[in-house]
Amino acid sequence: MASKYTLSFEKPLQELEEKIEATKRTALERGIDMSKEIEGLESKLEKTAADFYQNLTRWQRVQMARHSERPYTLDYIERITSFWFEMHGDRHFADDKAVVGGLAEIDGEQVVIIGQQKGRGTRDNLFRNFGMPRPEGYRKALRLMNLAARFNRPVISFIDTPGAYPGIGAEERGQAEAIARNLMVMSTLPVPIIILVIGEGASGGALGMGVGDRLLMLENTWFSVISPEGCASILYRDASKAEEAADAMRVTPQDLMEMGVCDRILPEPPGGAHRDADTVAATVKSILMETLAELKEIPPEKLVATRVSRYERLGQWQE
Amino acid sequence: MAWFRRSAKKILSTERKSLSGDLWTKCPGCSEYIYREELERSRFVCPTCSHHFSINCRKYLEHLMDNPNGFTELDPDLSSVDPLEFEARKKYSDQLAAARKKTGLNEAVLTVTGAVEGYQVVLGIMDFSFIGGSMGSAVGEKVARAIDYAREHGLPLIIISASGGARMQEAALSLMQMAKTSAKLSQFSQSGGLYISVLTDPTTGGVTASFAMLGDIILAEPGALIGFAGARVIKQTIGEELPEGFQRAEFLREKGFVDHIVHRSDLKNILGQLIGFFGYPKKALRNEQAADSDQ
Repeated sequence: MASKYTLSFEKPLQELEEKIEATKRTALERGIDMSKEIEGLESKLEKTAADFYQNLTRWQRVQMARHSERPYTLDYIERITSFWFEMHGDRHFADDKAVVGGLAEIDGEQVVIIGQQKGRGTRDNLFRNFGMPRPEGYRKALRLMNLAARFNRPVISFIDTPGAYPGIGAEERGQAEAIARNLMVMSTLPVPIIILVIGEGASGGALGMGVGDRLLMLENTWFSVISPEGCASILYRDASKAEEAADAMRVTPQDLMEMGVCDRILPEPPGGAHRDADTVAATVKSILMETLAELKEIPPEKLVATRVSRYERLGQWQE
Repeated sequence: MAWFRRSAKKILSTERKSLSGDLWTKCPGCSEYIYREELERSRFVCPTCSHHFSINCRKYLEHLMDNPNGFTELDPDLSSVDPLEFEARKKYSDQLAAARKKTGLNEAVLTVTGAVEGYQVVLGIMDFSFIGGSMGSAVGEKVARAIDYAREHGLPLIIISASGGARMQEAALSLMQMAKTSAKLSQFSQSGGLYISVLTDPTTGGVTASFAMLGDIILAEPGALIGFAGARVIKQTIGEELPEGFQRAEFLREKGFVDHIVHRSDLKNILGQLIGFFGYPKKALRNEQAADSDQ
């Protein structure tokens, strides 16, 4: 049986799991009752795992956020919406597969959803460009947000990207302008915007779809100005110092709560969102609905003013 | 010992060092040596090939202000702290202290209000020599306040950018400055304010992907490096050579992201013409009008 503990730091759990399997085999082969031993080991595993996942280091959380089995944007959309009409293209150049967007209904609420989409497996990842948007992706998101504003529908944005795509074409078509434009429009869009980080939130590439009234983060995610590896290769001149860089930049949801950037942390099932996508989707759904109910009560002018002042306050300086 | 042998070697080598270091500058564009005074006169543009040398924010101020002393600095004491107690080989707090000492500035942007070609403006100038012109909380806050000042006083806004991007040492807080400055520009734009963005060498990363690319008019100095991702990262990602002139000002104009490439010595004049076109009153006129309304 393939282990469900696949990350290197999960080795202690994997060893316990193997011990349980071995005990089960022994019991079966020799025809003796070892259910007590097995039960004991299983409860030990459960307890160890619970402790273990609550005390992950920052770098371990980064790896959890990148887990290849983790639910992606469309996995959530499939589980939380009763109606989903995907829309394609930016009407200028192309349809960016690293960004999905469309009209949706969640619990009777009509919303516009945009999100960064990673792929599963090599082929799908190439198709989704590893979740790295090009300018067309940001412009598709922008088109949908403007549509949402015209028809007074809230926007929900799922963040999960290792960064905006660094390519020749992306630069030629104005990656920087596309991101900047979104920041500007999102900051004063007169409908509620909820941002939910479900995996990786790397740099301007994430922020380009990440300005809103509330920033929610799943427990095992990260969000910062650059990836730990990127920071390490620039500041330490050594990409293998990523673990130190993750600590120095303080990239976890808990850190971002302390900085005032994140508003709420959504719990994941023990072992991470990929262990139980249905449960984490149910959490996402209920907290999105709760947040939406709060925001819908606020008149548009006040909503925008509050959003701007939210960003106004962020940062620390002296004078 | 032969009569032509140098007995005091050190004398000549010292002379030579001062010759190339202080009096003469080698142009990276055409490899010509330019006499320092000539370079100063030409506003640090090579007289042979027009290569634009990077200059600090004070030089721009001298160049653009009608009266080199007739401006008011906005938020002169606003500066960075070290909110994350960041350390990566060096302590951020030490880096800040060293940058302040080296540049005599307390942040990577200088914001002022003063007259350009007779028009009262708000002018922000970034300085690459201060931690690569990077944007942390203090830079974001100074830019945001300058935008607010322009909005509250009905003045046109000019920002001269030179930056490696968001400052890693303040991590997510730096990233949020991109949102903050863009939010302020959105309000400014909705209030009818004119924003001219001037891109100089280099303007990259989070600064390009926020206020630098949001100008109503975007000007760039010749040859300036302008982009989002770094050339090295792009090369690593795609595994091929980058096209000639990639991410240079001329390339961006060609691709439709820059309105005009402006020679440094024309910048002041062009800024004046643009501000005039959009109907902002000249300062003298403004004073007369104020006097009229008093009567």
